[in-house]
Amino acid sequence: MLFVKSRQLVIPGNLLAKGDYAAGENVYKERGGFYASKVGLVNFENQVIHVIAVEGVYLPSANDLVVGKVVSVGLSEWVVDINSPYSGVLFVSQTSRRSFDSRKDNLMDILDVGDVIVANILEFDRTRDPRITIQGHELGKVTSGYVVKVTPTKIPRLIGKRGSMIKLIKSSTGCQITVGQNGFILVRGKRVEDEALAVEVIRMIERDAHTSGLTNKVGEFIEKRKRGGMTDSE
Amino acid sequence: MSKIRKKLIGKGDVRVDGRKPGDLRPIKIEIGLLERADGSAYIEFGKNKILAAVYGPREVYPRHLSLYNRALIRCRYHMAPFSVEERKSPAPSRRETELSKVIRDALEPAIFCELYPRTVIDIFIEVLQADGGTRCASIAVASLALADAGIPMKDLVAACAAGKVDGLLVLDLDDVEDKEGEADLPVAYIPQMEAVTLLQMDGSLTRDEFEEALKLAVDGCKRIYALLKEALRGRYLAAGNVVGEDVKKINEGGS
Repeated sequence: MLFVKSRQLVIPGNLLAKGDYAAGENVYKERGGFYASKVGLVNFENQVIHVIAVEGVYLPSANDLVVGKVVSVGLSEWVVDINSPYSGVLFVSQTSRRSFDSRKDNLMDILDVGDVIVANILEFDRTRDPRITIQGHELGKVTSGYVVKVTPTKIPRLIGKRGSMIKLIKSSTGCQITVGQNGFILVRGKRVEDEALAVEVIRMIERDAHTSGLTNKVGEFIEKRKRGGMTDSE
Repeated sequence: MSKIRKKLIGKGDVRVDGRKPGDLRPIKIEIGLLERADGSAYIEFGKNKILAAVYGPREVYPRHLSLYNRALIRCRYHMAPFSVEERKSPAPSRRETELSKVIRDALEPAIFCELYPRTVIDIFIEVLQADGGTRCASIAVASLALADAGIPMKDLVAACAAGKVDGLLVLDLDDVEDKEGEADLPVAYIPQMEAVTLLQMDGSLTRDEFEEALKLAVDGCKRIYALLKEALRGRYLAAGNVVGEDVKKINEGGS
């Protein structure tokens, strides 16, 4: 028996269903009932019940694309802030460097504290900090652009159905946008104004992530901005 | 006890502030008001004014405190120097240390700590104005702040006190009733689990009175729980057009 509708807002402790279902994301089972464990919107996937959380931290998972910032340099690895309770570890062997001799070479020549990188999560199991890599297409150190931080739970909304939302922002602002699954978003545009508009749109999506019809709203917003120039706040 | 004092219960079982024995004080709740915290909530519980902030799950410093199989929960209950009539020293007192501990213990059973090993969840509770029953109100706001931070929980935790004043069992004691009354029984309750996670008593009650006071307090918790739920939903419903729900704003509760 179901007690909620699809897309309904639930809070921790809400009874969602009883009987022949399965607990998905942010749902727990107790005494035959399925309950929500976070504030979020209900989503059904056949018999699996999920709650799409509105708030939460980023938990790394293998193959995720992330944007991170180097926070410390060790003997053969860097520690990278990936906007998560667990910081990323990047070993020299995971860089494009062919050989590294710790007696002659200096890690800081490759990456230094404060550098922003685009990386992939190699592996993570919560018992150790996630290992990350910058070997691969379009990974590595970033030299220009703007990093925006959003709540990681809102990333799917920013990307949209089959990338519709992010495509819209990219094409209408002319910016190159790298969306890290961890909530750090890298915006690179030809002009500062383009970057500023893209950042503004991202902030708007973060604020209104749980509302419906967002892609249309974003489209209208960008059109208005382009025509009317810098009219103030929506 | 024999010294002359004001009568706490008037004609028709009316209490000092005009409430009936089974009445709660008016409650006002705000959620997500602190920009820099991961989750926050504020409650006005009668004359109590309490702010709670939650940070985490995040990396543990100092490192050695981290637990290998679950998240550490740290809680700090603190009263502002101006929160009571006589200035309170800002240094944490014995009482505050104890309350931090019991509040932490009351909240922990509701949190899925095992999902975030080697991390910490920090809860800061600041009492801006105190008028009796701050530990109960603190537990309630803290659970809202936790939910606002997106920390997975079994349920919200509601808390409420019952007690005995001038021989009469009453719900939700204020400062005068707490100090001058015969007994105070703070209770925290998790409705989904039907679990009592805080039970303290000072003063004296007979066994029968205790049973009845506990029932009264749990009933109060359920009423507060309804208000907490409404406040938490209201935060998101008020923000935009969510499908299938009406915008409901909570301002006053109780009685």
